[in-house]
Amino acid sequence: MARLSRKKKKKQRQLEEQGYVSRSQGQMIWQAFRRHRVGNVGTIIVLLFLLVAIFAQFIGPYHFSTQFRKHSFSPPTTVHWRDDGSLSRPYVYATERTIDMATYQVSYVEDTSKKYYIRFFVSGGSEHRLLGFTSTLHLFAARADDGSEAELFVLGTDQLGRDMFTRCLVGSWVSLAVGPLVILISFPLGILLGGVSGYYGGGVDMFIQRACEVMLAIPALPILMAMGAALRGFGLSAMMVFFGVILALAIISWGGLARIIRGQVLAIREMDFVTAARAAGAHDLRIVLRHIIPNVTSYLVVAATLTIPNMMLTEAALSFLGYGIQEPMTSWGQLLNAATNVGSIELHPWILIPGAFIVVAVLAFNFMGDALRDAVDPYSIL
Amino acid sequence: MLTYIIRRTLYMLPLLLVVSLISFTLIKIMPGDFLTQARLNPQITEETLQQQIDRFGLDRPFIVQYWYWLKNIVTRGDFGMSFDTKMPVFKTLFMGNRLQWTIFIALSTLLLQYLFAIPIGIYSATHQYKPSDHIVTFFGFLGLSIPNFFFALVLLWLLVVVFHVGNFGLTVAGVMDMRYYGAPLTWGKIVNILWHMWPVWLVIGTSGMAGLIRLMRGNLLDTLSLPYVKTARAKGLREWVVVYKHAVRNAINPLVTILGLSLPNLVSGSIVTAIILNLPTVGLSYFAALQRQDENVIMAGLLFFSLFLLLGNLLADFLLAWVDPRIRYD
Repeated sequence: MARLSRKKKKKQRQLEEQGYVSRSQGQMIWQAFRRHRVGNVGTIIVLLFLLVAIFAQFIGPYHFSTQFRKHSFSPPTTVHWRDDGSLSRPYVYATERTIDMATYQVSYVEDTSKKYYIRFFVSGGSEHRLLGFTSTLHLFAARADDGSEAELFVLGTDQLGRDMFTRCLVGSWVSLAVGPLVILISFPLGILLGGVSGYYGGGVDMFIQRACEVMLAIPALPILMAMGAALRGFGLSAMMVFFGVILALAIISWGGLARIIRGQVLAIREMDFVTAARAAGAHDLRIVLRHIIPNVTSYLVVAATLTIPNMMLTEAALSFLGYGIQEPMTSWGQLLNAATNVGSIELHPWILIPGAFIVVAVLAFNFMGDALRDAVDPYSIL
Repeated sequence: MLTYIIRRTLYMLPLLLVVSLISFTLIKIMPGDFLTQARLNPQITEETLQQQIDRFGLDRPFIVQYWYWLKNIVTRGDFGMSFDTKMPVFKTLFMGNRLQWTIFIALSTLLLQYLFAIPIGIYSATHQYKPSDHIVTFFGFLGLSIPNFFFALVLLWLLVVVFHVGNFGLTVAGVMDMRYYGAPLTWGKIVNILWHMWPVWLVIGTSGMAGLIRLMRGNLLDTLSLPYVKTARAKGLREWVVVYKHAVRNAINPLVTILGLSLPNLVSGSIVTAIILNLPTVGLSYFAALQRQDENVIMAGLLFFSLFLLLGNLLADFLLAWVDPRIRYD
C-alpha cells in the first residue's frame, strides 16, 4: 500500500522540503494501521500462520497420517536440558508403553540408556513436497549419535498414534483456507446481487431483497449442521466434503453482504460524481466498476478480514460436531472431535491443544481486522 | 403503530413458508429416509407405517409430499411422528421442558451480557486509550475468539479434572443435579441450578460481549463529543451527571434495538454448548435428531430456529420504533 515509485517519492520529498506534507490515501491508511499496535501484532501472527501452513510438512517431523501403533495417546515427549546437573544439548529418551496390570492405566516410560539429541535440518524423514520439490528434509528430529532415531512428539499423539504437532500444522491449511475460499464465492455473489439490486432498483431489487430476507431467515448453524449431515450421508471423498462445506458456508453468508452493498450503492448512486459520469455518457458497467465499486472497496476489505475468523469459528464448530471436515483431511476443529468426552480429556489432556491454535489464529485475524477497520474508517458498520 | 406491528408479523408467514420449503428439500435430498429406516425397525407396526404413509403421502412425488407435510402442519399442527422416539415431533423436540430451558438460558444470558457490557462499555469510553481500556478490549476480543465448544471443553476439564469438583459432591453437566429434576423449587435447588448455570453463562455470554462493549463504547464516544454534552459541562454539572444523565441515555438506544437480534444468535449459538454440557435445550434435541436422521424432527427443528430468528428480528424492529420516535411506520 505504501509503496511508491521512485519518481513519486522524489516529488514528494521536494514538496516536503518546500514545507508541504502530502499523503496519498494509501499512505494515510498505512500510517493509521501502523499506529494500531495490537493490530500489527495480529497481522504478524497471521503471516506466521501462513508461513507455518505452507511449510507444515517440513516443520512437522512426520507425515500427518503416519500411525505409530505403539504410541497411541502418547503424551508430549519430555525434552531434557540437563545432564548430570550440568546444561546439555536438548535431548529426549525413547519411550515404551507399559500397562499397569492392576489398574489398566497406560503410561509411557523413558528408556534412559540412550540419549537422542534434537538436531535441526535433518534429512531422511518422511517424504513431502517442499516448494515444488520432493524432499525428506525436516526442521528437526531426535537422533542418537549412532544415527538411530527416537520418536519426538511435541504435542503428543492421538488415538491412532499420529503426531499431534504435525497434524495441527497440517490442519492449519484447511482452517486458514476456509475463510478465503468462502469469501471467493460469497463476496462476488453478494457484491453482484447487492450491486444490481441497489443500482437498478425496481422489480429486480424487489426480487433480490426478498431472496436476501429468506437467506437471513435461515438459522445458520442448524442448517449448516443439516447440510453437513447430508454431505456425510452421500459418502463423498474428503476433498468433496471440504468443498461442500465451503459452498454451504458461502451460500448462507452472502445475504447480509448483499444487503449492505445495496445500501452503499443506493447512497453512492445519487452522488454528484455518478451523475457527472452519466452525463458524460458513461455506460452502466463503467459507472459500477469505475465509480461505485472503488467507493465500497474499503468496506469490502474490512468485511473480508472479519469474515475469515467467523468462518474459521463456524468451520471449527461444524468439524468438531462431525458435520464438517472429514478424515483423512484434518483441521483444528476436526482434531478436537476426538475430545468430545470428559473421560478422554481427563486421560489425555493434550488432545485439547488444537483449540489453542484456533483461539490464537482467530484472535490474530480479529485484531488485524479491527486495525484495518480503524485505519480505513469505512461507513461504520456493526 | 398497530398496523405496522400486524403487517410485520404477517410478513413472517411467507418467509417461514420459503424456509420450510428449503429445509424440506434439504432433508429429502439427504440419503436414507424415514421409510427405509422405519421398515427395518421391528417396533414400528405395519399399521402405524401405513398410517404415516397415507397422512404424509410418503409414496407420492416430492412436491406432493411437501404439500401433505405443510397441510398437516397448518390444519392440524401435526409435524408427524419422530422415528426415533415414536412420539409426536413436538414432544420429541420439546421433551422435558426443553423449550422453557432454551428460552430461560437465552434470556438469562442476554440479561447478564447487557448487565456487564453496558457498564464496561461506559467505563471503556470514559477511559479511552488508557491501559484499562485496552485491557477491557483485549478480553472482549478474547471472548469473541474462543470457540464456544472449546471454552466449554476447557471449563469442563478444569472443573472436573483439575479442581475435582466431584469430590465436593458437585456435577457440571446438565442444568441441575439429577436428584433435583422434578423436585419442588427449594433454595437448595436454586443454588444447584445457579452452580450449573454459571459455566453456561460464561461460555455463551462471552462470545457476544465484545460486540456489545464495542458498540456501547463507540456510541458513547460519539455522544460525548456532541455540543449538548459540552453545554452540560459548561454549565458546571458534575462529570457523572454529564455522562450518565446526558450522554448514556442517548448512546444506549442502538443497544436496545440489537437486543432482538442477539436473542436468536444466543439460541443457535448455544447448540454446541448444550451438546457438551448436556443442557436440556431444543438444540440438543435437534443434534440428536440429526445423528439419527430423524427427518421430521430435523425439519421441525429448522423451522423452530427460523421462527425464533424472525421473532428476534421483529422484536428488534419494535424496539427500534419504540426507542426512536423518528422511525416511520409506513
